[in-house]
Amino acid sequence: MLANNQLLTVAVTGLNAIDSPGPGVAVIRALREGFPDKVRIIGLSYETMEPGIYLHNIVDKTYQIPYPSAGTEALLKRLEYIQEKENLQLIIPNFDAELYNFMKMAPALRSMGIASFLPTQEQFSARDKINLYQFGLKYGLSVPKDQVIYHESELYASAENLGYPLVVKGKFYDAIIAHTLEQAQKAFYKLSAKWGFPIIVQQFISGTEINIAVLGDGKGNTISSIPMRKLYITDKGKAWAGITIEDETLIDLAKKFVAATHWKGGCELEIMRTADGTPYIMEINPRFPAWIYLTAAAGQNQPAALARMALGETIEPFTEYEVGKIFIRYAWDHITDVKEFQQISGFGEL
Amino acid sequence: MHLKKNIATSESGFIFNPGTGDSYSANPIAAEIIGMLKEGTPVSSIKVHIMATYEVSASQLEKDWDDFSNQLKYANLLDN
Repeated sequence: MLANNQLLTVAVTGLNAIDSPGPGVAVIRALREGFPDKVRIIGLSYETMEPGIYLHNIVDKTYQIPYPSAGTEALLKRLEYIQEKENLQLIIPNFDAELYNFMKMAPALRSMGIASFLPTQEQFSARDKINLYQFGLKYGLSVPKDQVIYHESELYASAENLGYPLVVKGKFYDAIIAHTLEQAQKAFYKLSAKWGFPIIVQQFISGTEINIAVLGDGKGNTISSIPMRKLYITDKGKAWAGITIEDETLIDLAKKFVAATHWKGGCELEIMRTADGTPYIMEINPRFPAWIYLTAAAGQNQPAALARMALGETIEPFTEYEVGKIFIRYAWDHITDVKEFQQISGFGEL
Repeated sequence: MHLKKNIATSESGFIFNPGTGDSYSANPIAAEIIGMLKEGTPVSSIKVHIMATYEVSASQLEKDWDDFSNQLKYANLLDN
């Protein structure tokens, strides 16, 4: 638990505030608001062009860390070095691809004095898009029908079963809507070349795109859930503007998900609400979304609540939030100097 | 005809549906009618008020009213 006036040092990843931004900068903004003047932020970066590295009013110091593919040993070694210098109390990882390593390392981090608040590997795997349909069946949640395939020849049978249009999805990212078998084949080859196998072929659901930012305490309680209707969507399908909305069915859906899985930590439910009002879960992202600061703006600061729970505090579930709060993302040309670029490139620290 | 209880309106004619995040702009007469609906004024009384205030025939009012109520229904602003 954090004593009064004690400085909290938190390491945060996902500093790439680009067109498809990582959640790191938004998480930090919420933490700074939740712990005014009491938080020191250590950025953990993968690449030298992640804007958060150079935003010194957001990130106090940044260290480069090895890519997830380097494995836990390399990451742990780097974190031991960082811990010697910074005395971290908490790590909040924000990328899907790195979560597996951080979940695996959680006990080792704990023994170094670094807390985390992450789902279990079982929870993480259950909501994977490859398992989503079975996950929905198991817990009585509305999810689109899908088929997981490994060969292009399986597309015909999938289309017979699901009908057109259908959605061809990559293992990790990307989705393409196909209206014909030829389009589906083209999407299959494109996505398998980029992300590998399997490919997910999913029933197309039309409706309104809504996302819900959710925080679970790991015991089945939903600490916070904020539904956001996308107002402006980029060509990558990301919300560039959104508004908090009031809908008990969405809050109940989030609670049902958390109660069923005992989800620990932040996550995002991607919802398609059909004309008849049915909320289909399209994907479940196992970490905070890039728009997470909206939860703080609406009165439920999810990153700050996660930090407090990670440090041992018991947090009562939030009950109210402000409806009609809008976020509008914008781009800003931050100016830095080549000396800073040289520092992070050459020494891996800034 | 009843507006959903949570619909937010302003005198300037801005309408916000907090359940969907949709917003609309109403012209002055539509804003006046929506204001009266929000206060619970019966449709018959609103029609009498419109006839007394504006130069409109009963048949034209009925036609416009049907069109207007269909727009409200389509925008998901009415209680079922």
